Amino acid sequence: MAKVTLKSVKKNYGPVKAIHGVDMEIADGEFIVIVGPSGCGKSTLLRMIAGLEAITEGEIVIGDRVVNDIEPADRDIAMVFQNYALYPHMSVHQNMSYGLRIRGMDKANIEKRVQRAAEILQLQPYLQRKPRELSGGQRQRVAMGRAIVREPSVFLFDEPLSNLDAKLRVQMRLEIKRLHQQLGVTSIYVTHDQVEAMTLADRLVVMNQGRADQIGSPFDVYGNPATTYVGGFIGSPAMNFLSCRVETGTGGPKAVLADGTALMLPAEWTPPAGNYTIGIRPETMRIARPGETAQLHLNVDVAEELGADTLLHGKLGDEDLVARVPSHAGYHDHSRPGLMIDIARAHLFDPESGLRIAL
Amino acid sequence: MIERRPVANAFGHLMLVAMIIIVAFPIYLAVVAASHTIQDVSQTPMPLLPGAELLTNTARALFDGPQLVGVSGATPAIVLMMNSLIMAIAIAVGKIIISLLSAFAIVYFRFPLKNFFFWMIFITLMLPVEVRIIPTYKIVADLGLLDTYTGLVLPLIASATATFLFRQFFMTVPDELVEAARIDGAGPMRFFWDILVPLTRTSIAAMFVIQFIYGWNQYLWPLLIASDYKYQTIVLAIGRLIRAPDAFYEWPVIMGMAVLALLPPVLVVVLMQRWFVKGLVETEK
Ligand SMILES: Nc1ncnc2c1ncn2[C@@H]1O[C@H](COP(=O)(O)OP(=O)(O)OP(=O)(O)O)[C@@H](O)[C@H]1O
Ligand SMILES: [Mg+2]
Repeated sequence: MAKVTLKSVKKNYGPVKAIHGVDMEIADGEFIVIVGPSGCGKSTLLRMIAGLEAITEGEIVIGDRVVNDIEPADRDIAMVFQNYALYPHMSVHQNMSYGLRIRGMDKANIEKRVQRAAEILQLQPYLQRKPRELSGGQRQRVAMGRAIVREPSVFLFDEPLSNLDAKLRVQMRLEIKRLHQQLGVTSIYVTHDQVEAMTLADRLVVMNQGRADQIGSPFDVYGNPATTYVGGFIGSPAMNFLSCRVETGTGGPKAVLADGTALMLPAEWTPPAGNYTIGIRPETMRIARPGETAQLHLNVDVAEELGADTLLHGKLGDEDLVARVPSHAGYHDHSRPGLMIDIARAHLFDPESGLRIAL
Repeated sequence: MIERRPVANAFGHLMLVAMIIIVAFPIYLAVVAASHTIQDVSQTPMPLLPGAELLTNTARALFDGPQLVGVSGATPAIVLMMNSLIMAIAIAVGKIIISLLSAFAIVYFRFPLKNFFFWMIFITLMLPVEVRIIPTYKIVADLGLLDTYTGLVLPLIASATATFLFRQFFMTVPDELVEAARIDGAGPMRFFWDILVPLTRTSIAAMFVIQFIYGWNQYLWPLLIASDYKYQTIVLAIGRLIRAPDAFYEWPVIMGMAVLALLPPVLVVVLMQRWFVKGLVETEK
């Protein structure tokens, strides 16, 4: 086991800048999830740690070795690929033991490790089968088995579950979590699925076009997104962003929205007056109770029934707003409910840079 | 596409049957001719039904060779077939090894002028042996390789076709497999032997069949290289037999030899058919 450190790691593909400089300290035994939309450089970053991609600039340290010029096989890592990358002509047993055989490990030891990994992953009945005779989930387990038998100090996963169906994905997600608790090996996991990211991560890295916008615990990233980008990416449906003007006057600061609605801000917030973007999570809004004066009225275009909740999609002025309310609230398309906002959980962002304003 | 059109179907079948008859009839005649005594075959019209002498005649072809009156030193077919076999197998195996290695280099390595070399190889596809036969002969002669197995095999051993085929196959092998092997610690040659070659085995089988038949059927090159009877191939010898001047042909034995010459390629195709077809159609990896 080892800690992993990235020091302003950059990657250029010719003139294309894929990674603009990522700094990260990963503690021993930590489960890090790198999340972001397609093309943001997640795989590139992971592959640089694996040694499959050359590092243009910066340094990667695994344990206490700088590994920039070390071959993947000697970095003490193991990788699980999205499409499993099992050797099609080898049995499950051979697939798992191949790396050990190359290393020249003795038979008894190999056998011990393979059996143990097979036991952990419940693969014993399939050891003699070829990959094509296995289901997707079983193949993915073999791929993990191949990583486990190496007993590496770092596991790298590149979207390992995205080829599986939804149900299996949930199951394998749990299995990966359990495996990590059991083995305690430092893991770096790439995904574009935010549920996977939230549930697996000790810490989350949200990537945005080759930069790490925020690194933090899932709770922190969700509750205090560093940028509008992070707020928009983590959470489903996404955080609402409304442009507003903050006025400081008698009776405390208030945010005036584009349609004229004025929201009182918590008294302890002291932003200078000016233009901002206010970020409001859909679930921090609720229907106004009878007798309450609604803070804003939403013209609902579509009410999406999800079962437990209903999503009210509507417009405030010409800006979109989504509110998540309990299902039995009885609102339909084209209704106009009055809403209350838990304003303490809202955030102000700089409208130009998208950075959250510390309050 | 599944269509039910009885007339077209019947027509298709008719065409196929006709084709089979056209292709198979001369072979049938050869077998029939090999199964009669020389007197029976010499009648006009020659018999169209098999006789009883097939084994005697082929055995004679195999162990004694047809006697040509006025020509001494008949070579038994077993020697000729052994030469053909050596040549065909050496060509097939050699072509496969060289093509695998060159395709491996072209697909997996970066080296200066890589594309130039690839296109050079590719262009030679358009130059059959016959076109470059004079310079090739000169080189082989200068190297003192006339009347040797090396001389028979070496100039035919490089194959642009096979290189191209293996290159295409290698390019379909997913990158992640290469990377997984790299992480597992497999160096390039290890990856080649442990992973690439086993994955390519059906294509290799298909190539073997094609190249074996190509080698077996070589005529022009052995004709130039093998003047010594010890190095003649069976295809060449059959050609020579029926061109012997003023000779009295032992037709049944010659036909027996022709039938024998057919057998190894047929055998190779039959034995490797399953793999051969797989290699031509398989896409699963
Ligand atoms: N070999 C390459 N040459 C040039 N550009 C590349 C190369 N590989 C990746 N890129 C670019 O680098 C950027 C990051 O790619 P990367 O594969 O890391 O994205 P990703 O976040 O893993 O996306 P996905 O979720 O689709 O897998 C992309 O814009 C991509 O176009
Ligand atoms: Mg990727």
